Amino acid sequence: MKPLTAREAGLMSCHVCGQLARHEGHTHTRCPRCHAPLHQRKPASVSATWALLIASAILFIPANTLPMMTTSSLFGTQSDTIMSGVVFLWNSGSWPLALVVFFASIVVPLLKILALAWLNWSVQRRSRRAVMQRTRLYRIVEFVGRWSMLDIYVITLLVALVNFRGLATIEAGPAAVAFGAVVVLTMFAAMSFDPRLIWDPLADADKT
Amino acid sequence: MHLRLPAQTIACHECDLLQAEPELAPGQTARCARCGAFLARNPPDSLDRTLALTLTAMLLYLVANAWPLVGLELQGRHVQVTLFGAVQALWREGMTPVAALVFGTALLFPLLEMAMILMVLLPLRLGRVSPRMAPFFRLVRSVQPWGMVEVFLLGMLVSLAKLAHMATVILGTAFWAMAALILVLTAAGRAFDPRLLWQVPPEGAQS
Repeated sequence: MKPLTAREAGLMSCHVCGQLARHEGHTHTRCPRCHAPLHQRKPASVSATWALLIASAILFIPANTLPMMTTSSLFGTQSDTIMSGVVFLWNSGSWPLALVVFFASIVVPLLKILALAWLNWSVQRRSRRAVMQRTRLYRIVEFVGRWSMLDIYVITLLVALVNFRGLATIEAGPAAVAFGAVVVLTMFAAMSFDPRLIWDPLADADKT
Repeated sequence: MHLRLPAQTIACHECDLLQAEPELAPGQTARCARCGAFLARNPPDSLDRTLALTLTAMLLYLVANAWPLVGLELQGRHVQVTLFGAVQALWREGMTPVAALVFGTALLFPLLEMAMILMVLLPLRLGRVSPRMAPFFRLVRSVQPWGMVEVFLLGMLVSLAKLAHMATVILGTAFWAMAALILVLTAAGRAFDPRLLWQVPPEGAQS
């Protein structure tokens, strides 16, 4: 039996409660069950995802080059970027933590931007290849993204805890703002991407 | 209280395939026939268990916020912080966007999510269907991805490990409450079956 999608059947499913409703053609339909706005596909998914991805890619640069925190102690002041913080952890012997921070703050955001860009591009040119793999990749991106917030929390606690006037203080640097923005923007990018667009070319190819 | 959930047609939210929602035995999970996306689960005693776990989570949340999370001792001087105190410290330093982000993801959104789940499920448990149920549930859905208590706990461990060599680290009551909160929240999430909300009012349901 040929698989039938809701779109081909002229239906839309509510993204909040899953209720199916007939697609009437006009734009402002609401779910009959939970009154959430209904769309057959997320509106302007591809262009919104591009915009958010470009913004996060740009902000990823200051997030990694500007100082994340400045430590002042009796031995002087020292500024650390995300990467030099990882190196410091590695050299002080806590390499498991160095790896955790390295993955959460550098690998995950970078791979997330690249993966979403690839997904969005493949959707835009209506690729029919590796559909299942792309769906799986999207699931991983969606699941892993939140862990990037790690460094923001680390900074928050360090600033609040290391506050011994005269002995040692830690201040947050401008990279913290840029990095927080990267995490938020990539989360919005993952939300604005519609995985159903990966599958749509398959249905359209069967028709012709 | 076991509600029998009817088999009906649903569309996969990841690949849009139309399929019959299978009749689920308690504890069973339904996945999309084509792409394997999670469709629904029928957790045993969903309503009662979700309520019990969410109320527990609320209490743990109060403890996690009322007591200090961690303390630090350096040359006889002592500093301890609560979650809100940490947000304030960041705010005072001029890092307002970052402070707002931490406030939202670690404090406000988890609280909103729990409160909204209670607002939806308590009337349902009492046999009333509130007309405001749907907007509350929509709020739960939009807030859910932004609650990151578990990431915060890992962040706390990393920052403590960074400080362990320069000062004595003291774990506070709130630290343990937060660790427990994460376990209870996960269990509550697994026990919650949103399909309960769209059942006919309970007078029609014989358990």
